[in-house]
Amino acid sequence: MKREKKVLVYDVNHNPFKEVVPGDHRSIWTPGQVILVIVVLLISLTCLLPFINIIALSLSSKSAILRSEVTFWPVEFTTATYEMLFNNKDMVNSLFYTIEVTVIYTVFAMILTILMAYPLTKKRLKGRTFFSFLALFTMYFSGGTIPIYLNIKELGLLNTMWALILPGMLSTYNMIIMKSFFATIPESLEEAATIDGANDFQILIRVYLPLSLASIATLTLFYAVGKWNSFQDALYYINDRNLQPLQLKLYYAIKGAQNAIDPSEAAAGSTTAANDAAESIKYATIIFATLPILVVYPFVQRYFVSGVTIGAVKG
Amino acid sequence: MSTRAIKSAPKKQNPFLRDWRLYLMLVLPIAFYIIFCYKPMTGIVIAFQNYNMKKGMTGSEWVGLANFEFVMSQKSFSTALGNTLLLNVMGLVAGFPVPIILAILLNEIRATGFKRVSQTILYLPHFLSWIIIGGMVLAIFSPTTGVVNSLLMKWGWIDSNIPFLTDGWNWRILYTLVGVWQSMGWGTILYLSAITGINMELFEAAKIDGANKLQQIWHVTLPGIRGTIVILLILNIGQMMNISFDKPQVLGNPKIQEFGDVLSTYVYRVAFPNGSVGNFARSTAIGLFQSVVGLILITSANFVTNRLGEEGIW
Repeated sequence: MKREKKVLVYDVNHNPFKEVVPGDHRSIWTPGQVILVIVVLLISLTCLLPFINIIALSLSSKSAILRSEVTFWPVEFTTATYEMLFNNKDMVNSLFYTIEVTVIYTVFAMILTILMAYPLTKKRLKGRTFFSFLALFTMYFSGGTIPIYLNIKELGLLNTMWALILPGMLSTYNMIIMKSFFATIPESLEEAATIDGANDFQILIRVYLPLSLASIATLTLFYAVGKWNSFQDALYYINDRNLQPLQLKLYYAIKGAQNAIDPSEAAAGSTTAANDAAESIKYATIIFATLPILVVYPFVQRYFVSGVTIGAVKG
Repeated sequence: MSTRAIKSAPKKQNPFLRDWRLYLMLVLPIAFYIIFCYKPMTGIVIAFQNYNMKKGMTGSEWVGLANFEFVMSQKSFSTALGNTLLLNVMGLVAGFPVPIILAILLNEIRATGFKRVSQTILYLPHFLSWIIIGGMVLAIFSPTTGVVNSLLMKWGWIDSNIPFLTDGWNWRILYTLVGVWQSMGWGTILYLSAITGINMELFEAAKIDGANKLQQIWHVTLPGIRGTIVILLILNIGQMMNISFDKPQVLGNPKIQEFGDVLSTYVYRVAFPNGSVGNFARSTAIGLFQSVVGLILITSANFVTNRLGEEGIW
C-alpha cells in the first residue's frame, strides 16, 4: 500500500495558538496543568535569565562585577557603561552605520526576492525549471569561502560597505518562502486583472504584493535580523575600522575578554586600545545590539510562524 | 493565459515576446546568482594550483592534488574534521528530542495567554547573533566573575570554580547545551504545526477507550508527527559535515582549540593565520572537500526521504 505523501504545511490562516480542545468547560487548572505550566515556565526562564544577568551586569559597578556579586539584580547601580557607550564616537558611528547597512541590504534583498519569486510561480514561463534549478543549486553547493572572498576582491568591493550588502542579497531559502506564498494566491485574480489590461508589473504590484504583506513582513524580519547579526562577512572583507559593523566590534571586544582568561595567547588584532575601550562597555553593547531585535520582534512574531511552516514545503 | 490569447487575436504568440516583462524581472536576480554564486565557483580551480595572488587564477601553476594531499596529512585537519562530526553528533543526540518534547508540552497547555508568552520567549534566542550569545556565555560561565560559578559557590555545591570554558570536554558539553538552548524554541514550530494537523477525532477515540494523557501522547500524538520527525532527522544527518562559522569561532578560544576547531574555523585560520594572508589554495582545498562530502550527504538524505514516501527537499 502506498502511503500518502505528507506535506509539512497547513492552512496559513490557521492559528496554531488557538485552544485545541473544543467543548471542554472544566476549569483548566487541573494538577497536571499546574505541573505543566511550571515545567514550561522553568524552561522559558532559561531563555530569559541570561538577559537579566547581562542587564544587571551592564548596570553594576566594575568592582562589584569583579567581586562576582552580580546575579539578577544590579549591584552598586550605575549607568556609567551606557554613558561611556554613547560617548564613544566609534561605537555610536558604528551603530548608525550598521543600521544604514541593514536598511539598504533589506530593501535590496526584498526587491530581488520578489523579482525572482514572482516569475517562478507562473507555469506559462518558458525556462521556469531552468531558473528554479539555477537558484536551488546554490543552496547545496557554493564556491567556498576563499573563492567567494577572491571574487569580492576582484570586483573591488573589499573594504567598502557594498561587500556587506551585495554578496548575500538574495537568500534562496527566503525566495522559496515568498514563492510558496505567491502560489497560494488564486490565478483567477491575475486573469481578471489581465482582462482589465494590467501587465505583469502592474499585477505584481497592485494584486500580489498587497495580498502578501504577512510574508513580506516575515521575510523583511528574516533579512534584517540576518544582516544585523552577521559578522563573518565583515571579518573577511572589512579591515577599515570605520566600516566595521557593530557585531564585528562586539566580536573583537569579546575575543579581547577571552584572551584575558589566558593573556599569554592573545589573538591578533584584538588587543588595541580601541578594543580595550570596547571591552569595558561589553555588557552595555550586548544589550544595545539586542535592543532593535527585541523591539521589532514581538510585532512580527504572529506572521513568521506561517512563514516558517510554508518554507518547509519543497520549492 | 487563455484570456490573453483571446485579447490579442487568435494567432499564437511567441512566449518570450508575450512574457518579456517576467524575463525583465528575472534579470537582476539572475545577474546576482551569476556574479555572486556561480562566478566564485570558477575560483575552485585554485585548490588544484600553487596559487599566487600576483599571478592570479590563470597564471598560477597547476599542482594536481598536491594541496589535498598536504592538507589531509596534517593532524590539524583530522582534528577539525573529527570535531566537526563529533560536535554535530553531540548536538543531534542532545538537541533533536528537545523541540519534540517541548512542542508536546506546549500543545498540552490550556492557558492560551501563558502559552503565547512562553512561545515568544522560547523563540527569542533564535534571533540573537552568536556574538551576543557568545558574549553572554562568556559572562555567565566565566571562571572568575561568572554568575554560574559564583552561585554554585555561594550555595556550597562546589569548592573551587569550574573551568567551563578552558577544559576541553567541559567546553564541548557547554557548546552542545548552548546549541540546544538556542534552537529548541524555534524547532517547536514545525512540530506544533504537525500536531495541529492531527485529526482531533483520534484523541476523542483514545479518550473514550480510556487512554490517559501519556497514553494519548504515545499512541496518537507521536505517531501523528512521525513523518515530520523522520524528515527532520534525516535532513539533520545530511548536515553532519557543516557547522556554521559563527558559533565555534565565537565560543572557541585558543586553550581548547584541539577540542573546538571545526572545518569552517580551520578554513579561516589556514587562509588568514593571525589576521595575515596565508595559504588560499590549501584553504580552498579544505572548503571543497567539505562541500563535496556535504553535497553527497544531503543528496543521500534527500534520496532516503523520498524513498520513505515523505516529501523531500527536491
